[in-house]
Amino acid sequence: MRTPVFILVQAVVGLAVYLLFDNFGNDYWFFAGYTVLQYIVLATAWNILGGYCGYVNFGSAGFFALGAYTSVFFYNMGQSLDELFSESTAALLGHIFPIPVPILILFGGVVAGLVGLGTGYLTLRLRGVFFAIATLALAVVLETLVVNWQFVGGSRGAYVIPPNSVPVFGPYIQYLFALMIVLVIVALTCARLIERSRLGYGFATIRDDELAAEACGVPTLRLKLIATVLSGALMGMAGAPFPFYIGYVEPGSAFNLSYAVNSIAMPMIGGTSNWIGPLVGAILLGTLQQLATVTISSVLNLLIVGLLLIGFVIVAPNGIVGLVQDWTAKKPKRTKP
Amino acid sequence: MDFDLLINAIIAGLMLGGFYAAVTAGISISFGMLDIVNIAHPAFILLGSYITYIVNITFGIDPIIASILVLPAFYALGALVYQVYYLAFEKRGQESLRGLAFFFGLLFVTEVVLLLLFGVDYRSVNAPYIGPSVSVGAMEFPLRLLVPALVSAAMFAGVQIFLSRTFIGRAVMAVSQDPMALRLMAIDPTRIKRIAFGISIATASLAGAFLIIIQPVIPSVGRDYIGRIFAICVLGGLGSLPGTVIAALLLGVIESLTATFYGPSWAPAVSFGILLLTLAVRPSGLLGR
Repeated sequence: MRTPVFILVQAVVGLAVYLLFDNFGNDYWFFAGYTVLQYIVLATAWNILGGYCGYVNFGSAGFFALGAYTSVFFYNMGQSLDELFSESTAALLGHIFPIPVPILILFGGVVAGLVGLGTGYLTLRLRGVFFAIATLALAVVLETLVVNWQFVGGSRGAYVIPPNSVPVFGPYIQYLFALMIVLVIVALTCARLIERSRLGYGFATIRDDELAAEACGVPTLRLKLIATVLSGALMGMAGAPFPFYIGYVEPGSAFNLSYAVNSIAMPMIGGTSNWIGPLVGAILLGTLQQLATVTISSVLNLLIVGLLLIGFVIVAPNGIVGLVQDWTAKKPKRTKP
Repeated sequence: MDFDLLINAIIAGLMLGGFYAAVTAGISISFGMLDIVNIAHPAFILLGSYITYIVNITFGIDPIIASILVLPAFYALGALVYQVYYLAFEKRGQESLRGLAFFFGLLFVTEVVLLLLFGVDYRSVNAPYIGPSVSVGAMEFPLRLLVPALVSAAMFAGVQIFLSRTFIGRAVMAVSQDPMALRLMAIDPTRIKRIAFGISIATASLAGAFLIIIQPVIPSVGRDYIGRIFAICVLGGLGSLPGTVIAALLLGVIESLTATFYGPSWAPAVSFGILLLTLAVRPSGLLGR
């Protein structure tokens, strides 16, 4: 399938889902669907670095929250233009603010990408483990920064009041849902393009044997940095609409560990070798969690995710996609030694 | 600057550092010597805290003695976890990506299970040394910090003597460097790693008791320690126990000074700063080879 066709297919599927949910006439479907879509973006983003390059990022929650807090920052700025700037500047900026969500998504992507670049530059030259540990600590530090930064609400959190409705889309959640579908298309297309390009082959050499790749002249550090920036930026983009979705952001919810766990568990359970894996994993786990949250409890569904993650990495290292491939592939007859 | 405040902040930092050393000891063995990136270590420490809590509340046994009583159970748990890890990842050569995910899952599951069992209430233990403090001149020594620091020093000395004087201890130090040579000496590297990992988890039992003596505990507190332990471990130099102690004391003092003069909410950022700085400037750590 060529890329334009691929995008078209996704757009058709996205539109179909949107119209189907619209047909149910209940906003809950959009709220639940938004979460699943958000996880698809996070899982795909994680997989660009984790699955293709073999570098584990434990800081998904941090990158996600960077996007969310970039939105909060610009929202708050828009709210208090008169206090922050002189009269003439405020009037000038008043034309730009409030910044529309699609632009905020881009901003969130840029900020998260830059943080990814910085962390990556310091730690990716060393063994892969150090990067993993640094991302783990990164989330904690970003949280500390946000807790101490009063402008974005500090530990009290910040209210972001979205308008009730948007032209064309109707209720605001439907608008966000549509935006998220576009983000999913961007993420999946990006992942699929990488897979089939020089870049993807470069990533695969890093995953399989970094030393040999380096010896063959593959610019490993540059490739790893590209992967980190792409992955981080996509996570930030997934986080940027979050404040508008939830209406009230506090560090505990934006930096929730469940984002980190889910964005690792979903590709691991789906399969890390191609773009289908994270998609399958995210849809499956995301839906399961929505069901469990409604029917059982939100703590227990996290336990399910954790146990599934452990179970899959031990029993089925190549995830669901790997299982299906093993099952469908004709096994060659064993020759006796 | 208030001189008394400065002195007391440094003393508190040194004692805190003693506690951090105990928390890091296990990682120093598993990550530094065995090359097993056990990011679930804080979860085991927390498990130690809660078990100490149960024993202390039901039987009224001193928390540190209680944690020593459950040491063998923690050793067995560690050996079991290593066995699973070995069979599922190390043997297949997949420890880098999936092994990490495995420990991450373990960290998460332990936290959620503790959350389901104990809720989000802060739990604490009773012991005669929690509360009073000894003062020498202007210097204050809260026993709540002093006792864990002293026991931690004893534990460290014990582990160091075991590693440098006994045959198995030396084998532990050698196992990640040259498993082949160990095999040639008729030692099974897997067995050595199992023993070492068991010891590493056993230290978590004591560290857990110290943790709940020093501060009340909730299930999510373990996360704050991940950055800290790895920062100490990397700063000290991988596999070097003396380096770990120095780094732990250093971090303790810096954190204590930050908390005293800038406010406690900034303290968690210190460890990350140190970690990044070490990785950028001297990745082999203070006493690394």
